[in-house]
Amino acid sequence: MQETRTETTRAAPREDVRPLMGNEAIARGAWEAGVEVASAYPGTPSTEILESLARYPAEQVSVEWAINEKVALDIAIGASFAGVRAFCSMKHVGLNVAADALMSFTYIGVNGGLVLTVCDDPGIHSSQNEQDTRLFARFAMVPCLEPSDAQEALEFTRLAFDLSEEFDTPVIVRSTTRLSHTRSQARVGERVEPPRRPFIHDPAKSVMIPAHARARHGRLLEREQKLRRHFAAEPFARVERGRADIGVITAGVPYTYVKEVLPDASVLKLGASWPLPERLLKEFAESVERLFVVEELEPVIEDELRKLGLAVEGKVWFPRTGELSPEIVRDGFVAAGVLEPPPAAEEALDIQPLVRPPVLCAGCPHMSTYNALRSLDVRVAGDIGCYTLAAIEPLQAIDTCVSMGSSIANAIGMARAGTADRPIVATIGDSTFLHAGIPPLIDAVYNGVNITVVILDNAITAMTGGQHHPGTGYGIRGNRTHKVSYEDICRAAGVQWVRTVDPYEYGSLLKTLREAVEYKGVAVVIANRPCVIDPVRITGPALRVEQESCIACQACMNLGCPALVWSDEWHEGHHKVRIDPSLCMGCTVCAQVCPTASIQPTQTD
Amino acid sequence: MPQATLSDSSTGGATAAATDRPTNVLIVGVGGQGVIMVSKVMAALAQGAGFEVKQSEVHGMAKRGGAVFSHVRFGPKVYSPTIPRGQADVLLALEWAEGLRWLNHLNRESGTFIADVKRIVPPFACRNRADGAPLGYSRETPREVLSRVRLGYALNASGMAEKLGNPRVANTVLLGVLSTALDFPEEDWLAVIERFVPPKTVEVNLRAFREGRAWVARHGEVGLDEEVDFSPPQGLSEPPRRPQVHIERAWCKSCDICVKMCPERCLELDEKHIARMRAPERCTGCRLCEYLCPDFAIRVLRLPRDASGEEATA
Repeated sequence: MQETRTETTRAAPREDVRPLMGNEAIARGAWEAGVEVASAYPGTPSTEILESLARYPAEQVSVEWAINEKVALDIAIGASFAGVRAFCSMKHVGLNVAADALMSFTYIGVNGGLVLTVCDDPGIHSSQNEQDTRLFARFAMVPCLEPSDAQEALEFTRLAFDLSEEFDTPVIVRSTTRLSHTRSQARVGERVEPPRRPFIHDPAKSVMIPAHARARHGRLLEREQKLRRHFAAEPFARVERGRADIGVITAGVPYTYVKEVLPDASVLKLGASWPLPERLLKEFAESVERLFVVEELEPVIEDELRKLGLAVEGKVWFPRTGELSPEIVRDGFVAAGVLEPPPAAEEALDIQPLVRPPVLCAGCPHMSTYNALRSLDVRVAGDIGCYTLAAIEPLQAIDTCVSMGSSIANAIGMARAGTADRPIVATIGDSTFLHAGIPPLIDAVYNGVNITVVILDNAITAMTGGQHHPGTGYGIRGNRTHKVSYEDICRAAGVQWVRTVDPYEYGSLLKTLREAVEYKGVAVVIANRPCVIDPVRITGPALRVEQESCIACQACMNLGCPALVWSDEWHEGHHKVRIDPSLCMGCTVCAQVCPTASIQPTQTD
Repeated sequence: MPQATLSDSSTGGATAAATDRPTNVLIVGVGGQGVIMVSKVMAALAQGAGFEVKQSEVHGMAKRGGAVFSHVRFGPKVYSPTIPRGQADVLLALEWAEGLRWLNHLNRESGTFIADVKRIVPPFACRNRADGAPLGYSRETPREVLSRVRLGYALNASGMAEKLGNPRVANTVLLGVLSTALDFPEEDWLAVIERFVPPKTVEVNLRAFREGRAWVARHGEVGLDEEVDFSPPQGLSEPPRRPQVHIERAWCKSCDICVKMCPERCLELDEKHIARMRAPERCTGCRLCEYLCPDFAIRVLRLPRDASGEEATA
């Protein structure tokens, strides 16, 4: 089966209840609030928010992929200055990139309402860390709303725009992977477009020079106090009375786990996790005998309760790392003596689960590039993208991976350290290069280091599911736009040695990489081949392995292509290889590395 | 052995619609198989029947051939989006080993296990380059697994879909099987499927759904197709051997092809730029160096495991 239709964009009749993914609900909420400018850089689990917004009419809302999260937030800030409601979304680590703008903009406040949705990834399903955005909200002194299901995601996002304008502040709506990717029913409403506001010429508010900023800082404290009081009422806080002996304060998705495992407890459900309503917290704490806090990641609520001098049990029972689940919350309450241990589990089945990590796709052009780099025995500084998978078996060709765009500057540092026993190569995807790779490339040339930079240009933001960027020549609505040239960018940065190579031509790829590594100075190799699945799935006639001549050397298997698996035949203690014709797309790289020419086109009669 | 029949399962088993407890359906498979699609059908069906529904999945890496799972919970009130371990009323697996991975989530006293016996062998199962290394795929047979659950069905849904002329409808065959474990009228299932599939494939999807139901009627007693070959992958018949690399120093011209191409990085050039083994213990005997050496300077010998000297073989 294949999917044919989307649920989000029809006009809403009365009492229209739809199954919406958390991310779709957030987009719907922004749309209903009359948002007019939205911008984002893709990042799991936040990507679908902007994609959903782009399904609403272009006349109503300008939706664009930005080159990175800081640019996205700055665009939203500009729109707010200009008097319309503005929105941007990002994953948790995206906020690190956008933080510079946020930390100043919180002093300035808004003209048109500004909401940023930040999607955290507890459990690190698809990220490089699991930082807690609520700490950022506290740091920036901006309100942080935390929905627990699609209905709240929609409503809180819509309300966030009102809050933003009422309290003159950017507002964070914090989601998590679980909320973003859970579908539940949500009652949708109509779009209400607030009147556009004129640009306000007020340098004391909008131009952050020291004299102005000092005056604004005190206002943040006042704003925070007002918000504390505001967040003591529905829908930002709700007390559900139950047993008087057990009280639980919780927010977001963990609320659903608490209700699942401890349905009769008294619960204070917080819809806003910063700033916290102190008086309500105290009242609730006094109304119960034992007070628990169940929150994912950092003890933000718990610390606040302690500051108020309240006795509270939280991270002592519930872990500070990883994603919570009904089991983990239940186990915490069992350890705390609140719940009986569950009946002794049935004998667990002694089945060893199959190891099935994510892999590069069959025919992925990154495979040959990393296979070639591995054979050159170089030190590889990697970056963020699908190609990080080349760090694991069998390619094992990436030595470091830090954050978006880190690879090039990491390589500069390795070269500067002067301890290198191998040539130093930075590998970076096209979208990541545009996101944060250009400044370090300029730096490398400026400071004259000896490194090779490989731009893995597959003409899409692949990892997040295939989003356009300035290197593809298309916008989020499929509109044609300018396509940047990586060669031109590199030359403009001062790189003297730039070559573009097709990674499907293994021989010339290897030769080019070898020359690049031997070049003294900054050499750039652009390995250019489109992603095999996005924006279109590329297919071609499958190859096959002639079993008679296959010597089971596994040279092809070393590419890590999922279309290559062992056959039932053996040769000298090793499995021969066969090709799964349903996966193979005919890139021929395996045939190029086969020493016995056993990989051949399938016969077509 | 599963003893329950079709009527047993539709009355006594999975559906908790009459109680307050949500019904939990866990759908698992491999990226690209359509796990999310199946769970959307399930969710739409339950919503149509007036239940609150939550459907939770984790994607991102899923497209990359990784394990994919989707929790569908429905009932008068649903809180947690995920199914607690041991509480799935139905575990529906689009791939055999994925079904095994999640078996501990199934409520084995009252739950139903439904699995396609299709094997998608991950590249990781073929990674061990050592002499005699077996395929790293699960070895449990459907017969063994079905004996551990109250009610289980293992069928070749992919094969049935291929016979219907469209391999992509395997998940609709499984929906047909699933429909016998839950209390929704057949017409409702058909209507939802019709809504969710591309218009051109409605006919074949509806046939696939009915095939799934018919399969349960035919095989429900034993839960598996006798005629399908379920034997685990074959191992090596002879004992594994120990490789040894012999380099004819006089013939080596320092091209370092063997050094660069050795997948285990066993080789290096010595101070005179002649190839030598740096880590013989890592050698798997793949013979890539031998085949790629332009001067025939390398021979790879396969010695019995217990032999030590080179003279033991030729």
